[in-house]
Amino acid sequence: MSFHWRWDFTFDILPRLLLATLNTLMAAGIGYAIALVLGLVLALAQRTGFRPLTLVAREFVEFIRSTPLVLQIFFIFYVGPQFGIRLSPWVSGMIAIGLHYSAYLSEVYRGGLDAVPKGQWEACTALNMTARQVYGRIIIPQALPLSLPGMGNYLVGIFKDTPMLSVIGVAELMQTANAIGSESYRFLEPYTLVGVIFLAISLPTAGLIRLFELWVRRKLGMR
Amino acid sequence: MEDMSNYPLELTGDAVPMVRFMNVTKSYGSLVVLDKLDLDVAAGEMVTIIGPSGSGKTTVLRMLMTLETINGGVIYVDGQPLTHMAKDGKLVPADARHLRKIRASIGMCFQHFHLFPHMTALQNCMEGPVQVLGLPKQEARERSEELLALVGMIDKKDQHPSRLSGGQQQRVAIARALAMRPKVMLFDEVTSALDPEVIGEVTSVIRKLVTEHNLTMLMVTHQMGFARDISDRICFFFGGRIEEQGPPDALFGQPQRDRTKQFLSAVKEAV
Amino acid sequence: MSYWEFLLTYGARFLDGTLVTGAQFLLGTVVAIFIALIAGLAKLSPNLVVRSVAIAYIELFRGTSLLVQLYWIFFVLPLFGLTLPKFTAGFVSVGMNVGAYGAELVRGAILSVPKGQWEAALAINMSPAQRMRRVILPQAVLIMLPPWGNLIIELLKGTALVSLISVADLMFQSKQINASTYLSAQSFGTALIIYFILARFLVTPFMRWLERVMARRLGRG
Repeated sequence: MSFHWRWDFTFDILPRLLLATLNTLMAAGIGYAIALVLGLVLALAQRTGFRPLTLVAREFVEFIRSTPLVLQIFFIFYVGPQFGIRLSPWVSGMIAIGLHYSAYLSEVYRGGLDAVPKGQWEACTALNMTARQVYGRIIIPQALPLSLPGMGNYLVGIFKDTPMLSVIGVAELMQTANAIGSESYRFLEPYTLVGVIFLAISLPTAGLIRLFELWVRRKLGMR
Repeated sequence: MEDMSNYPLELTGDAVPMVRFMNVTKSYGSLVVLDKLDLDVAAGEMVTIIGPSGSGKTTVLRMLMTLETINGGVIYVDGQPLTHMAKDGKLVPADARHLRKIRASIGMCFQHFHLFPHMTALQNCMEGPVQVLGLPKQEARERSEELLALVGMIDKKDQHPSRLSGGQQQRVAIARALAMRPKVMLFDEVTSALDPEVIGEVTSVIRKLVTEHNLTMLMVTHQMGFARDISDRICFFFGGRIEEQGPPDALFGQPQRDRTKQFLSAVKEAV
Repeated sequence: MSYWEFLLTYGARFLDGTLVTGAQFLLGTVVAIFIALIAGLAKLSPNLVVRSVAIAYIELFRGTSLLVQLYWIFFVLPLFGLTLPKFTAGFVSVGMNVGAYGAELVRGAILSVPKGQWEAALAINMSPAQRMRRVILPQAVLIMLPPWGNLIIELLKGTALVSLISVADLMFQSKQINASTYLSAQSFGTALIIYFILARFLVTPFMRWLERVMARRLGRG
């Protein structure tokens, strides 16, 4: 084996990597927030019964889900300047991730909403509820536990996709590791640490999401 | 741990039973399903087990087919221990190899048939002989076609199970089990999942097996009339033990024990 | 220049890139299926060591991102003595990553095969290996095809990352063309459209056809 792990170097670069981790988490968080809201819009758009809107939303979702995120990131970052709009790497990255995952989350929402038995909707009509009451008090509380696993998986997924932002220069974890590697010619420690940090965050997060799911189910009185 | 020295390493003598349950116990946690059961089945005998649910009847069959493990006692098949094997002159729990060796003598038909859905009727029957017994395909095919003819399914031999009715599937399942030439055939409630009008096709096949072949058979069923007709002996199970047993006319006609009487009258009422 | 002129000028390069992407996709799929089968079966093994190795592999490759794995395999493995050419590093990384997800699909499908099938195979005295090969796996394959369809699309999208280690795939070509023309909408837009066509009009119909074929062979068609 022609490698030698240097602990002193490791501890040198650790603070820089941890700071970048914070950036990464922020990027993931904001992207996820965008996706949560936009995904709901897309899901509801497909349920309106207004065919042109349904069709557009459907094709948009299919297009996003069938094409690589990294390419979408490039598109959004570079297309802006072509038409005079300068977007910073951060903003382009957020928008791209938010859009990409909104497509996936819209599918998760749709699955959850579809799984609520038709009779529930009919009972709401019989009780003359407003749309807000129907969704807010009856439908979403039932659709939510069913959607949570998918929503949780994509939260972890977004976190793991943040390295793609490095390709447009966003100073997240992967980019920082690349920079360290280029500066010092040592890739072993930075890349391995990145892997470890990812595992250290994604595995417990996945576990916490499971626990959260169970808590929600219990609170709503479902098994 | 039980002291295995009380049990013989093999059964010898003149009338060695084909199947012997010796002091067999089976429990799931604290629930005892079979309670020190002693049961002999002679070679060529047709024994039917009846009794209320939870009495352990299906467990007897499943343990013989090695689908369940044993918690106490020994099961012998054709003189050889099934659940245990001889090692250094003592009985120890059987390993996978020994189980496979003795299991070859047992065949079973299930309540829900469990035919392989991705194979035709003929392929279902040929599968065991070719893959497990190592027979050449031609020989396996001839044997399977003979058996499918026996059960009256020869003209459907190239159909998949999804195209067959329940009664037809069960008959194919019987042919599949027979293709392995077992010494003992087990029938676990093979008509319970069938529509009434097709029960007859399955029972007439079993009847044929009893009259024309000298197979040892163990059957669990709710079809009392059928059981009475073809069995050599009826065992009434209750609470994991044999409550009463005897020739069909004796047990059905003049039951001795109260529980037997209760069960038989409840069954009569249900009909 | 108009879009039409753009396509005429650069169409050949897009085509070259698409062919490389296609190759990465097919080879990556082979690797993914191979690993998914091995890891999925290993995770079902009664042997604790085998199971632990499978679990460790699956959690490692699912818990870290493909990009990190790609860089690690291409930049760090050489330090351990294993240097892969970039084309190989590309599809091996993608295949190993998707294979980890596929392992869970394999395992889930095997566990979904009705218990009666396991018992019927035992009743005709099949060995565990025969039972898995002849009875359980054929039925599991049909069960796992729909989710595998989605996974294969993820694999196709994953191949775009190999451009970051300079494999000349579709994504790489679009970046090059963008760098020389600054026509970002056309360069990246065309690439997006090609990926979309590949996924929607080639891969997905193929998977649906495969599902139909398998269903027929299993007598359910």
